[in-house]
Amino acid sequence: MDPLNISFQLAYSIALLLLTSLGLAIVFGMMRVINFAHGEFLMIGGYACVLCTQAGVSLWVSIWIIAPLIVGAVGWFMERLVIRHLYGRMMDTILATWGVSLVLTGLASIIFGQQQRGIVAPLGSFELSGFRSSWYSVALIATAFVLLAATYAALRFTRAGLLARGTMQNAQMAEALGMHTGRVYAWTFAAGAAVSGIAGAALAPLTGAVPTIGATYVTKAFITVITGGAQALTGTVAASVMFGTVSELVANLATPVAGQVALLILAIVLLRLMPEGITSRFFRRSL
Amino acid sequence: MKPERRLAIGATAVILVLLLGAPMVLDIASVVNLTVFLIVSILSLSMAWVWGVGGIFTFGQSAFYGLGAYAYALCAMNFGSSDLAVGAAVALPSVAAALLGYFLFYGRVSGVYLGVITLTTSLILYHVVNSVSGADFRIGIVSLGGYNGIPGVPPFNWPGRPGEPLDFVPFYFLAVLLLVSVYAALHWLKSSPFGRSVIAIREHELRAELLGYDIRLYKLVVFVIGAAVAGLAGALQAAWAGFVGPEVFGIAFAAQIIIWAQVGGIGLLAGPILGCILVQALTTWLGQNQIADTQIVLGVIFVGSVLLLPAGLLPLLRGWISHGQEERR
Repeated sequence: MDPLNISFQLAYSIALLLLTSLGLAIVFGMMRVINFAHGEFLMIGGYACVLCTQAGVSLWVSIWIIAPLIVGAVGWFMERLVIRHLYGRMMDTILATWGVSLVLTGLASIIFGQQQRGIVAPLGSFELSGFRSSWYSVALIATAFVLLAATYAALRFTRAGLLARGTMQNAQMAEALGMHTGRVYAWTFAAGAAVSGIAGAALAPLTGAVPTIGATYVTKAFITVITGGAQALTGTVAASVMFGTVSELVANLATPVAGQVALLILAIVLLRLMPEGITSRFFRRSL
Repeated sequence: MKPERRLAIGATAVILVLLLGAPMVLDIASVVNLTVFLIVSILSLSMAWVWGVGGIFTFGQSAFYGLGAYAYALCAMNFGSSDLAVGAAVALPSVAAALLGYFLFYGRVSGVYLGVITLTTSLILYHVVNSVSGADFRIGIVSLGGYNGIPGVPPFNWPGRPGEPLDFVPFYFLAVLLLVSVYAALHWLKSSPFGRSVIAIREHELRAELLGYDIRLYKLVVFVIGAAVAGLAGALQAAWAGFVGPEVFGIAFAAQIIIWAQVGGIGLLAGPILGCILVQALTTWLGQNQIADTQIVLGVIFVGSVLLLPAGLLPLLRGWISHGQEERR
């Protein structure tokens, strides 16, 4: 295997994991909520992208503007209706969001039908030392890293990020200082959902949109984020890099199934060595 | 006698009479359908034990159930008798649970991290079992079948008499017998000194540990017992359906068991059974009548039960009934 080739594939597989886990990581890292409807956020983002593009809107506008607005709104309502009753009860957030995910999948199959809808990925393809790949997958890698950088910058350098981090660290104190903590929770959740919306929309030209597509993402995203641990952003990056590398290498050497299994085994081993996730041992002072 | 105790005894008696009398009233198809409810009840009982009594939030009960089903299918088809197969269906999940549990509890993995590892284990089995299709993958004379599963799994036979399969009604009574004895055994275990210690550990791990209990060992034993019960249910299911497939390892089924337990209430052993029967009956009914989308209804019920009834349905019912009795007196 050509080294250039393999590093491109590694980058792609890492970016894919990062893209599908980032929204979940924001919500878990900031709010200690495990959102099992995360896969459905990706699914809705995918539908937003496919339907808007088919209606004649530019693909990039659908991905970067329409999808995050729609999914962010869904997230905002979900936080107000369900999640806000469950802060501090992490197990219950898993159970309740599971119910929401069933409802969203059911609604999507009623509204959009069971058949897959797709659009053609733009940008054409290129050849790299005898191996063909599409420019769109390069754009996808870029999307993952832009989203990651934007999330980090928003949390670290903006006033909104500061308020969000303050509220999550000590909600009572933030309230005593005059913050509307309820509002902060709702907007943080909506922001996580919007990031998932962009990710789902960016993936849609490659995967198409079906109501059940969320289930294929959510377990891997869940495993990646939890293995990352409490400092969810850094943890998710670390876990994505390790999982992406290992699964891609094993898939290349053996079979794709072996790659999946290797990823899962690695997750078990990592959690056995670090029962509270990667960031319980490394990068403890990061975001 | 305390009213709650009287209530429990009365309810148990009524349920027993109904269960034993059912085949005399119902036609054979209904008895067959009822049998599957008994089987999933045994599975939900294993969840009640591990999660409710032991406080271990696991996604893995379905995996042990699936291992039991596969072990039963492979042994029964290879040996032509279900005697050994049932034993294998209990033994294989127990061994698997012992290994996994040793890894988890002695590694001090707990909470949501434990949930992730059990879920991951389930998914590994799902991927592996899905991929073992083709003539190369066979155990003895049985082809594993990959995503197609294994068809033609033989039913139970009369103990020690291979070739004489249990008919539907005897199989039904066997399922009743197993459900009742598993329930009784777990109930007894729960109120034994061992069970008291397990509950103490669930309530406060550090305190129990400081008092000298080896919490790792206790949790491991709880986990293995739960897996054995789930494996037994798996064997019954494989024999009932005549089929096993890799869906038992999938995430949807793993979630289903948690939903049953949550809806019924995990504080009491019977809670998940109630939840399981209600949810399954509702799913079947909705599927037959096409009134509303099954998934949406289930989702709404589930969200509602987490928000409005965090303790589950059964504790609420019990509260109502014993409250009513006290008012009458």
